[in-house]
Amino acid sequence: MDTKILTKNFGLKDSHLLSVYESTGGYQNLKKLFGMQPGDVIEEVKKSGLRGRGGAGFPTGLKWSFVPKDSPKPKYLCVNADESEPGTFKDRYLLELDPHRLIEGMIICSYAIDCHNAYVYIRGEFVYPKVQLEKAIEEAYQKGYLGKNILGSGFDLEITVHRGAGAYICGEETALLNSLEGKRGQPRLKPPFPAVVGLFACPTVVNNVETISALPYVLENGADAYRQFGTEKSPGTKMFSVSGHVNRPGNFEIPLGYPLKKLIMEDAGGIKDGKALKAVIPGGSSVPVLTAEEAMDVNLDYESLQEKGTMLGSGGVIVMDETTCMVKALTNLAHFYSHESCGQCSPCREGTGWAHKILQRMLGGEGRANDIDELNRIADNMAGKTICVLADALAMPIWSYLKKFRSEFEALCRS
Amino acid sequence: MSFTFNDENKKKFDAILARYPEKQAAMLPALWLAQEQNEWISPEAMEYVASLLGLTPAKVYEVASFYTMFNLEPIGKYHFQVCRTLSCQLCGSEDITKYLKEKLGIQKLGDKSQDGRFTLSEVECLGSCGTAPMLQLNDDYHEDLTPQKLDELIASLK
Ligand SMILES: Cc1cc2nc3c(=O)[nH]c(=O)nc-3n(C[C@H](O)[C@H](O)[C@H](O)COP(=O)(O)O)c2cc1C
Ligand code: SF4
Ligand code: FES
Repeated sequence: MDTKILTKNFGLKDSHLLSVYESTGGYQNLKKLFGMQPGDVIEEVKKSGLRGRGGAGFPTGLKWSFVPKDSPKPKYLCVNADESEPGTFKDRYLLELDPHRLIEGMIICSYAIDCHNAYVYIRGEFVYPKVQLEKAIEEAYQKGYLGKNILGSGFDLEITVHRGAGAYICGEETALLNSLEGKRGQPRLKPPFPAVVGLFACPTVVNNVETISALPYVLENGADAYRQFGTEKSPGTKMFSVSGHVNRPGNFEIPLGYPLKKLIMEDAGGIKDGKALKAVIPGGSSVPVLTAEEAMDVNLDYESLQEKGTMLGSGGVIVMDETTCMVKALTNLAHFYSHESCGQCSPCREGTGWAHKILQRMLGGEGRANDIDELNRIADNMAGKTICVLADALAMPIWSYLKKFRSEFEALCRS
Repeated sequence: MSFTFNDENKKKFDAILARYPEKQAAMLPALWLAQEQNEWISPEAMEYVASLLGLTPAKVYEVASFYTMFNLEPIGKYHFQVCRTLSCQLCGSEDITKYLKEKLGIQKLGDKSQDGRFTLSEVECLGSCGTAPMLQLNDDYHEDLTPQKLDELIASLK
């Protein structure tokens, strides 16, 4: 069975063009869409079991159903194209190589939640993907797929691309909303959730690029067809970005439940220079690390990864071979999170910076006997105590690296 | 020196305003226009943006200073930004930074070269980890870097 849904056009010449997308059936289902009740579209997406591909894995249809139908306020869709979780580089390719799939997905979601103004929040560094997306949007307007009274349906939709300006935290959905509103990109306290009080204080759906790009398939083929892929509890396909010490890094779309071993050793060509595998981060830099042994014995679906004490996250697979210094790897991540902390909550602001200082001191050969305990304590004080989960995103690596690779840390801590 | 948008950017700004129900949402787009026009965002440009959006200059500064891509000081014509995050580090980004430092004659990250043409910084993950090590030079990504590729890249700059 061909398992390519999101990437099926990637190999086609000029796959980003409207004419190519249309020639593969693109936009053909809008007529069907406009013949459906919005509530039925939400039901179909619920039935498909599609879950958010941005990191948290929240059920997509359920999220849409939280948008109050009777609210007199306008509703908004914000597509999260901030792609900044280290190790993740899939949305960029979806934007560059198949932007019309995203646009069609946005029309489907907007129709379902009664949104007439949708935004794509794209990270500031993605200049080329932004140009590709804007050209595609222009094409779609010209063809009458966007704008007023789309295909005579009476449904209006405007899409605007909003460029970020360099801040990882703007990928967090409420920081994204603040940033779009022209404020500092700092997360908001939840509740209220964006579905009720989101952009401009109106009901808002925030979904990842990959999540939205899966919708045209679901609409065309139905929930059952989508559920043919993946496992009972984790249906569908997902893109995994593989980087680090492998022979063929890149993006791979696979059905959920696929063995991580196969992804690394076959699809990504195995470990570079014939070295042995040491560790794998399976879902972007924020999730707990796996030892080689664990990694060779786990499937890529939400439940299997959870059983192993880690998460599917954004699908960023970072592979580390036997030469990798785990203290250095963790120090690199601590630098990242301390640099990207928005500074609102003291456990995060102070904790990330402090952890980074201790780790750097260790790396410099000045580790102290109680540093490992100290790091664990810092992580305990960060997790679950802040406005957003950026603090947890460093706490989880700290705990897992210290636990699984303790001897490497001990070797750097003189008693 | 006062700052105003040129005619083209004035038109662009008006079109941008129409896309949002609230004026302040045009903040980032307006700052981008200002930076594109002038290569950096001067205090005068922030005052101008403030007047367009009906906000105080302090408010605009508060927002602009939050985002790393807004240059609130002039920078070199060519800005090399080497990704330093994990996947790139695993694939040798430190060597890339070291090589560029020597080649461009830059002592400290964030500094300009002596002739003022080049700025070298390290940045966090650019969403291009599969083609590590990589850097962003102004708007463009350069991937799968080697010393030879860096030589060619530098030689191609006017
Ligand atoms: C610190 C932080 C960074 C995040 N970065 C991203 C990101 O770059 N892209 C993304 O889609 N989601 C990101 N998320 C998740 C979003 O908050 C949100 O859950 C997601 O966009 C919802 O879309 P989905 O349900 O389709 O996954 C981030 C979350 C946190 C806490
Ligand atoms: S946890 Fe960190 S990044 Fe999140 S809101 Fe608090 S300070 Fe900001
Ligand atoms: S780690 Fe360098 S681009 Fe992601």
